[in-house]
Amino acid sequence: MAHFTKATSLHDWLNQRLAIDTLRRVLATEYWIPKNINFLWAMGMVLAITFGLLLISGIFLLMYYQPNVNLAFDSVNYTIMQEVGYGWLWRHVHGVAASVVFLIIYIHMFTGIYYGSYKKGREMIWLSGMLLFVAFSAEAFSGYMLPWGQMSYWAGMVITNLFSGGSLHADGLVEWIRGDYVPAQAFLNRFFMLHVLLIPLAILGLIGLHFGALRIPHVNNQDGEEIDFEAEAAKYKAGDKANSKVIAFVNDFMSKDMMVVGIYLIFFFYLVFYHYDFAMDPVNFDPADGLKTPAHIYPEWYFLWSYEILRPFSTNTGLIAFAFAQVIFFALPFLDKSPNAVPASRRGLFKYWFWAMLIDMIILTAMGKVPPEGAFSTIGLYAALTFIGLWIALPFITKTEKKV
Amino acid sequence: MKELFILAVVTFFTLLTYWLVEPFAHSQMHKHIESEGFAYKDLPALTKKGDAARGKELVMGAGACAGCHGIKVEGMPAPMDPVTAAQSYGVNPPDLSNAGVVFDPKFLAALIKNPAHALMVEHKFDPAKGQMHPMTQFYGAGGDLDQEVADMVAYLQSIAPKAEELTPVMAFETACGRCHAIHYPYVKEGEAYPAWTQIGEKPAFKKKQNALAFEQKVLDYQDALTKYMGTLPPDLSMYIRSRGEHHIKTFMENPQNYLKGTAMPRVGVTAEAADKVIEHLEDVGDSKRHERASVGANVMIYIFIFAIFAILWKKEVWRDLH
Repeated sequence: MAHFTKATSLHDWLNQRLAIDTLRRVLATEYWIPKNINFLWAMGMVLAITFGLLLISGIFLLMYYQPNVNLAFDSVNYTIMQEVGYGWLWRHVHGVAASVVFLIIYIHMFTGIYYGSYKKGREMIWLSGMLLFVAFSAEAFSGYMLPWGQMSYWAGMVITNLFSGGSLHADGLVEWIRGDYVPAQAFLNRFFMLHVLLIPLAILGLIGLHFGALRIPHVNNQDGEEIDFEAEAAKYKAGDKANSKVIAFVNDFMSKDMMVVGIYLIFFFYLVFYHYDFAMDPVNFDPADGLKTPAHIYPEWYFLWSYEILRPFSTNTGLIAFAFAQVIFFALPFLDKSPNAVPASRRGLFKYWFWAMLIDMIILTAMGKVPPEGAFSTIGLYAALTFIGLWIALPFITKTEKKV
Repeated sequence: MKELFILAVVTFFTLLTYWLVEPFAHSQMHKHIESEGFAYKDLPALTKKGDAARGKELVMGAGACAGCHGIKVEGMPAPMDPVTAAQSYGVNPPDLSNAGVVFDPKFLAALIKNPAHALMVEHKFDPAKGQMHPMTQFYGAGGDLDQEVADMVAYLQSIAPKAEELTPVMAFETACGRCHAIHYPYVKEGEAYPAWTQIGEKPAFKKKQNALAFEQKVLDYQDALTKYMGTLPPDLSMYIRSRGEHHIKTFMENPQNYLKGTAMPRVGVTAEAADKVIEHLEDVGDSKRHERASVGANVMIYIFIFAIFAILWKKEVWRDLH
């Protein structure tokens, strides 16, 4: 047992037991971040804040939501939206944050891709981030079921049907997932459980892993420069902050994060109060009706690109392409064969690959929403083929890349 | 300034994606229908000046309106209870007390002369095939038909409340309430309004027997209505969110524009009454909209101040770092 002395203060008492000074030093004041970064490096904090908003608003919603097919719709649209004081506020915060969190995730991902932040020892950061993306996707989908509106029901129907595997006709698997032949009470209950317990637990764990993965390789910087963190930290601690290439996580990095968060929250609350419709599809304000299929069934915007990779092909090919799209981003650190961990602008062909991928995914997103007819199906098909082609080309174009 | 450039790039792609999946995609998915301003241009204008006193005689006359319609303001209850009426006609004929303010005069005149035509349900009621509209058309009382119809419209307008006295709930009940229920009760200006069924407000019952008896009446009414319309007209509780003002208004104006062949009749309301119906649907389905506006303004002020402090803190901390 460690040796304890009579504490001289509450701080000392805690310090003897929890080593709070060491924790503070390791996690905050001597956790070194490169100085050469831009506001895109604050997206992690923006995501943490948005996740916090989702968690808090979710707790309030959970107090009134009824996971029952006969009550769910009215518990959301009447009890929460109209009877409970400020219930409407929590719901709009939750709904808007669920959509905006994906915007920030995509910005965060494309930042990582652009600056090569998944390479040279940072592979685990990328992989844990991708696991978070999958967990957030599952969280968003399960949450979308809960208001039990028309889109909840029919999105649930369509997505669970994917598990039949086309010609495999694994209908038993679909029934097992649904707990019924169609989405009904068992389905709602289990997606409720996933949404409020299992997936949030997984997300919390993965956030820990994601943060932990940053620790050893350190945060990347704007120029992909390899920094001697110990030497630079020594310079900083000696008082030469201006010439040191690193800054402390707290307060230096945190103050910049909070500046970005402050500006982000203006945008966020503008959406919550004045422009929430984009995040809450009108169709979902019709109660679920298994006998009335909506004219257009489409997922929320953040799933549209992968939906469009499914849609233009025949059933089996579509499912294979869809499965490919779901997992291929995990392989990025291993398909990128270039030795350079620098911004895409300095990486030859990869520069074009990056912008082509971004634009292609935006095209897929747009085509995933409009009805799959005429020119839209053709554009969708070519965009899906381009997506697959870009991934196949990636190892070849990065292999030939010159070392910078 | 590199950061501003990066911000501009991120903003550009974000807005582009937003534009593609929202305004653009919706323009491709839904037919845009312009409002005709509730002008009912296809119906002839009233050419004769009506005489309310003469109109009263016609409305009350044997075999005329009062045979089926109640006029509560004149002390005349409906000849039948709603359930029996719906079982006889398909839908309960409306009380005419507010008809003169809710419905457009041109529409009322056209309705009296030829209901199926004014209501745009001629595809459903074709006299040549023996499909008669349950509302008998007025063939005239022996005089000039146009004059008589103008008199009847003038009478209905004379007994109706003034346009500024028309409340949202009155407009809804007269225009929509015999086919559409709203199962959400609501509170407005401190007053509680019960849920609405097709046979009227849902009363609070002390005894379960009475509640069940009422429920039974509603179900009987809905059965008759379903038979008449082909499907039970939807509950409108959340329509302000699921359809929105523009859709609801243009749908009321001409349901055939959206759903060719639908059994839903043209409602024939005035532009002012349509606004009142929308206000009622907002009172029910978006009752916190005023609170949202005021809380929104305060939160925005708070967040602006927060952002200013955050920027100042960053400048302070980074002064030593540059």
